[in-house]
Amino acid sequence: PKDSVCTMAQGTCLQGLQGPRAWPVRWLSGRGQEILKWNGWGYNDSKFIFNKKGQAEFTGKRYRLSGMVLPVLKEWMEKTLGASLEHKITSRAFLNTSDVPPSIVSEEFLQDLRASKISYSQEAEDRVFRAHGHCLHEIFVLREGMFKRIPDIVVWPGCHDDVVKIVELACKHNLCIIPIGGGTSVSSALECPADERRTIVSLDTSQMNRILWVDEKNLTAHIEAGIIGQDLERQLGESGYCTGHEPDSMEFSSLGGWVATRASGMKKNIYGNIEDLVVHIKMVTPRGVIEKNCQVPRMSTGPDIHHFIMGSEGTLGVVTEVTIKIRPIPEYKKYGSVVFPNFERGVACLREIAKQRCAPASIRLVDNAQFQFGHALKPQVASIFTSFLDGLKKFYITKFKGFDPNELCVATLLFEGDREKVLQHEKQVYDIAAKFRYDFQGILFLIWSEILNYIFCYRVIDLCRNVKERIVRECKEKGVQFAPFSTCRVTQTYDAGACVYFYFAFNYRGISDPVHVYEQIERAAREEILANGGSLSHHHGVGKLRKQWMKESISDVGLGMLKSVKEYVDPNNIFGNRNLL
Amino acid sequence: TECKSSPNSDIRKPGSIWSHSVFAYSQQKELTSKKRDEFEDILEERRQSSDLRYAMKCYSPVIYKGLSACKPSAIKDSVLQSEQVQYVIKQLSKEMGESTDIIQEEAIEILDEMGHNLHIGAIRFFAFSLSKIFKRLFQRVCVNEEGIQKLQQAIQEHPVVLLPSHRSYIDFLMLSYLLYTYDLALPVIAAGMDFLGMKIVGELLRRSGAFFMRRTFGGNRLYWAVFAEYVKTMLRNGYAPIEFFLEGTRSRTAKTLTPKFGLLSIVMEPFFKREVFDTYLVPISISYERILEESLYAYELLGVPKPKESTSGLLKARKILSDNFGSIHVYFGQPVSLRTLAYGRVDRCPYRLVPRHLPQKLSEDIQEFVTDVAYKMELLQMENMVLSPWVLIASVLLQNLPAIDFELLVEKTLWLKGLTQAFGGFLEWPDNLSANKAVTSSLALHSNIVSLVNGQVVLNDVRMENGATEELVFKQALSILMCGAYRNQLLNVFVRPSLVAVALQMTQSFRKEEIYSCFIFLRDILYDEFIFFPGIALKDFEEGCFLLTKSDVIQVTPQEILVTERGNSVAVFLAALFRPFMKGYQIISRYLSKEAKEAFTEKQFILGIRNFAFQLLQTGSTQCYEVLSSDLQKNALAAFVRLDVVKKMKTTNGFTYTVNKEALNKTAEMFGKCISYWYTS
Repeated sequence: PKDSVCTMAQGTCLQGLQGPRAWPVRWLSGRGQEILKWNGWGYNDSKFIFNKKGQAEFTGKRYRLSGMVLPVLKEWMEKTLGASLEHKITSRAFLNTSDVPPSIVSEEFLQDLRASKISYSQEAEDRVFRAHGHCLHEIFVLREGMFKRIPDIVVWPGCHDDVVKIVELACKHNLCIIPIGGGTSVSSALECPADERRTIVSLDTSQMNRILWVDEKNLTAHIEAGIIGQDLERQLGESGYCTGHEPDSMEFSSLGGWVATRASGMKKNIYGNIEDLVVHIKMVTPRGVIEKNCQVPRMSTGPDIHHFIMGSEGTLGVVTEVTIKIRPIPEYKKYGSVVFPNFERGVACLREIAKQRCAPASIRLVDNAQFQFGHALKPQVASIFTSFLDGLKKFYITKFKGFDPNELCVATLLFEGDREKVLQHEKQVYDIAAKFRYDFQGILFLIWSEILNYIFCYRVIDLCRNVKERIVRECKEKGVQFAPFSTCRVTQTYDAGACVYFYFAFNYRGISDPVHVYEQIERAAREEILANGGSLSHHHGVGKLRKQWMKESISDVGLGMLKSVKEYVDPNNIFGNRNLL
Repeated sequence: TECKSSPNSDIRKPGSIWSHSVFAYSQQKELTSKKRDEFEDILEERRQSSDLRYAMKCYSPVIYKGLSACKPSAIKDSVLQSEQVQYVIKQLSKEMGESTDIIQEEAIEILDEMGHNLHIGAIRFFAFSLSKIFKRLFQRVCVNEEGIQKLQQAIQEHPVVLLPSHRSYIDFLMLSYLLYTYDLALPVIAAGMDFLGMKIVGELLRRSGAFFMRRTFGGNRLYWAVFAEYVKTMLRNGYAPIEFFLEGTRSRTAKTLTPKFGLLSIVMEPFFKREVFDTYLVPISISYERILEESLYAYELLGVPKPKESTSGLLKARKILSDNFGSIHVYFGQPVSLRTLAYGRVDRCPYRLVPRHLPQKLSEDIQEFVTDVAYKMELLQMENMVLSPWVLIASVLLQNLPAIDFELLVEKTLWLKGLTQAFGGFLEWPDNLSANKAVTSSLALHSNIVSLVNGQVVLNDVRMENGATEELVFKQALSILMCGAYRNQLLNVFVRPSLVAVALQMTQSFRKEEIYSCFIFLRDILYDEFIFFPGIALKDFEEGCFLLTKSDVIQVTPQEILVTERGNSVAVFLAALFRPFMKGYQIISRYLSKEAKEAFTEKQFILGIRNFAFQLLQTGSTQCYEVLSSDLQKNALAAFVRLDVVKKMKTTNGFTYTVNKEALNKTAEMFGKCISYWYTS
């Protein structure tokens, strides 16, 4: 499970997990009242707690780890971050609706809206829920304060035509529309500009969640953009297909969101990133509807207009329908992992695999700190035998192979396809890995939350070291009392480079303004990445969080190009979330 | 114009890290006494315990974090196999149509010729023999231990570059010796190839960590690639601190030489490419009470060629072992983080868009940055140079030739001591001795230059008579240049206030604007002679004015600068300190306008000016012996080129120069003002 807050403010990471009170939201419709946390990532029932014995435990039933005791997590937290159970901060358990800014909507618009029979809400909870993504400062505000500006009204269009009507009404009444899909943004993209005077309409696409048709001959499916990733895969799976697009957020993020942010999936090595998957897009803009005239794999008709839409982050319009490639569900899946004596060897191995173009569906390399964190999340073992096996493995790697437990790192692999081909493929990869000294291991890693992500060429080792070092230094300079948890992993390999995630957590005990400190450190880390030749973002997008570096990233002319598109498509800035530009 | 902004108005500060703020000077005075207490004499212990045991001591220096030990041969291999070197080999093979194997062989040869071969045995040998030698040569070797501790810390954190001042061959021997004494990692040293001529010593040096570079290799791309990669490999992996001399060569005049940028830009590159997180630059100031090579330098400056380094030459030098060379002060400066220096300056690195192994020309931004860092480091070196009483005595003496009464000398020296301290000079004055005794012992130490005859202190061989023979002129020049090298040490501290004083005399004006533009002229002319941070003339001016105001020499109003009554004698002294330079430049400009041929080479120029000056000195029409210094002559030529008075042109065999008479007359006029004042005063 991914819990961005848990990661970032580790010293008090328990605060949000202390039984937040559920309150109804209209979300994930069609599956009953699934409940998400109102002030954090994921499901209400899945959280880390300390049980009566003082042991860490993960609740719920959804995940492999659910319901298990994690006996070494507490020690890890104490050791790595200087966290202690005696220093708990309890955040408020539920939203105080009296703090919520009032909803200001003109009666004329409401009349038009009612006439169009589109459902809407002005309830405080509904509006606050759509006023934020999952950046640290947003979650912090939810728990400790209140947003200055939130949407005035939430609308739930049911189909493409409803969206057309809403956009027309917005133009007519001069309103500001901020589209929202799964709400999993980590770039401040959903934050309402504080000085927006117009009525802000939150356009929630969650009710547009049908698969309209599946073309088994051409292997495409036409789908409404509001569908959530896990629903999409489940429904396609019922007829034996999948898209193969699996971003870490796929439990909660939507197809439209993927398109709007240029998303990337874990298994892009087989299925491609969103730009490789999309065949056709329909988007409603203030100028009208934009779409291509046919559903073909490729066109040579000038610059691809899809590339203005992908990554537009809700600044141009609302993506309503998407035709996406589908594949038959693979017959066979196999997980594996490889241990390397150090991070450098691991990176060299990944590079070799990319060079030979034999990367499995997913291959990820975690550094030593994350490897140790993975160990901290190991559940209590059921039998003496498994514990014996674990001990043996540990002995084998550290003593027999001579790997330093404080240096070694692990790559996790996922193979997919025909059984035979998978086995063949697996052998090929392990043969390469053998040159870099490997060993099999059966540890399953849990995916944790990301803060930064970047792509770059050939400079992985230096970049990783520099950025981690910069984070540690900045923390020290900013008065953080305990060494931070500063770690990274290589999550994607490309022919021409790789993608790296950086994670960091620090204990903010004794710091008066931890969010500000966090933001300064994050900023410094991002500057370090840019200075090292990394990019601004591999797949989370720019939003408002990374806007200031756009000019540097794509040049003056590049920025001007994007601006002129915006000016033509949306001259009155109806889609006024102010992302990107 | 720039000069309109007065020293009292708001000063533009180019960022705190870069500003040599005037306040630094006021703080420095208090620091001076503190600094002195920090010094520890390392020879003291050597005189009390066994050198052999010391040489055989357990030596386990702290190293860069995460470093795995590596043999020199492995380093050479990794240099040879590096993408950078392989790329250049392939390029050259393509261009010259030769097989890569042949070029690879060449690269191996270069590497063998260059590479160090750090060996503990050699280090122990040096530790033993240097202990013996140093104890004989020097009274004390003083080190600031706090600096050593900071260095020890720095070595563990990031790659370290040691940047010592360069006054003597002793410099790098001493530095390695000190690091060994304090159990620190021995540096690898970029040394000139001329050492290789010394058979046994060359090999010993190599084994103690020296690596050798050819003095000139601008055109040889393979050499450059191998050399640069060698240095960077050492640095990146943090095998050992890199040591080299920013000044490029030993300063023959004891003035800090303008920095060379080649090596500095090489050691900065791994940071620019972010191959390392940071790099520490450590300025080190090594001050000698008496420089081993003092007479050798004077001969060289007068054009007697430098003897080639040879082992037999070193053996002959044994006779100096019976001589006393006073104390040495080694000050390890605060390690300077390159990352901090670069903050906000070189964000847009070209290295992001090009594969890192491709050789690239430095962008203008980066070149400018490297230049600034080089000057900054030299200024830091100068700040911590220790001045001995003899430096003050020499300065007084040179203004009172041919002889001065001993009592008067003591009095004036004491007066100068006060002024030096007020200007922030880092003075090492023996507090436990009376002034008389301090001066006497200094005179004794330098008895080869001065003698005390009948209560008069005289510079040996100097009589100041007209119509002397060439031989006599030569002898006198020798003494004056040797003495001048010590006075020069004071000039680093005095240059800013002195140039203000000179400007005051030249302009004979109170108007600040006029004085400032004259100051700019002087600073421009003397830019190669002294170290000024690039581009901040106004700051230099303000600093000079500030120090003079502080010492009550001048009063500054928004429009005017007035010399106080008390300050007049100080101003005269300060201006006189720089008289040899002004005079020298004037004589050279006279030579250029009268004698210089249509087009001439540097060699012709130096020969010409030397003859010209000898004649003047023999006939007694000048007393400026320092114009004979080839250092001053070369600097003057460079200054005239910079000011467009002389045109420099590239020809097939080197450079030739031609004079622009019109511009020369203008410049000569400026000098004329100054000189006429001195003649009338």
